[in-house]
Amino acid sequence: MPEPTPDDRSHQPDRPSGPAASASKQLALGLLFGIIFGFLLQKGGVGKYEVLIGVLLLRDFTVVKVMLSAIVVGMLGIYWMHGRGLVELHVKPTRYAANALGGVVFGIGFGLAAYCPGTTAVALGQGNYDAIAVILGLMAGSYVFAEASAWLSRTVESWGDRGNVTLPGVLNVRPSRFVPVFAGILVLALIALHIFVDPTP
Amino acid sequence: MRNPLTMKSWSPYLVGAAIGVLSWFAFASADQPLGITTAFEHTAALAGTALVPRVEQTNEYYPAKATEGKSPKIGWEWMLVVGVFVGAFLSAWLSGDRTRLKVPDLWRWRFGESTAKRFAAAFFGGALMMFGARLAQGCTSGHGISGSLQLAVSSWVFVAAFFAVGVATALLLFGWEGRSHV
Repeated sequence: MPEPTPDDRSHQPDRPSGPAASASKQLALGLLFGIIFGFLLQKGGVGKYEVLIGVLLLRDFTVVKVMLSAIVVGMLGIYWMHGRGLVELHVKPTRYAANALGGVVFGIGFGLAAYCPGTTAVALGQGNYDAIAVILGLMAGSYVFAEASAWLSRTVESWGDRGNVTLPGVLNVRPSRFVPVFAGILVLALIALHIFVDPTP
Repeated sequence: MRNPLTMKSWSPYLVGAAIGVLSWFAFASADQPLGITTAFEHTAALAGTALVPRVEQTNEYYPAKATEGKSPKIGWEWMLVVGVFVGAFLSAWLSGDRTRLKVPDLWRWRFGESTAKRFAAAFFGGALMMFGARLAQGCTSGHGISGSLQLAVSSWVFVAAFFAVGVATALLLFGWEGRSHV
């Protein structure tokens, strides 16, 4: 009898209560994670217009501190669990042109709006009502993209398509080596940022 | 010691570390990275089906997504965004940090009182962000946090590009002297 692949295993009915109950459990979990995520982001100050523009004017580095801390802690835990087969990675495909051009367009929009898609929800929750205009813009942008998607998939998205690659994969280093070294580099960067650039706690 | 829930801000290092821990639980319990953009995409698509008759047959977006098994729906990611709104409201409300503003101070200093002007910039900013995020397949959450921490090459390319261009855009909008008003 052949070994079950990881894919087969995930489709086995491991929840006795059936698909409907597991779907509503997913919805409840999503809401719970969202509430914690939004609470943390608001306490971090990253729903505030001046804090978000502050990082783009290279003046207030709160956003960088939050993101690098999240990356270091998240990376160590996710790769530790992944090494023990406890979690699957969800790496998005690398398409150099689409990732870079998407970043360029996103950067212009980010400068104009100041709230990114996630912090837009934070900004609205704390009472920055200009976030409503950002949300309407996000939906309009989704329509424009859907209209352009056939053309984009024939052109930009096919340029430099490398699949689901990671930094250790590209550098041909084992993740168990790469992750601690990279975590150390990011922590040193945070310490340097704190000492030399933006010492607010 | 003061109740941390009523404090207006926490250390960004603590907040970041806690978001990192949250991402462990999201991967382990829901098999999901924390991402935001898909929820807005699905909201737009669901609004499309409600407003435009038979849009599923006339617009290639819907069959394409159905083939991928990602038809627009109220799912985990959608509830995540609702939760972010609720969580931010709770945090600001508990700490007396509700802002209730239409035009942020820095914007007013540079571009004046006009709500219409601020809302127009915010709308176009939102549209560009969504287009860019869909093209790159992620935003500041999906690529910036969840993708970067998985060491995805796509995410680090996206982050480098959006940060560099975001800095250039903000400096064009506010100038070097804008920095002293942050």
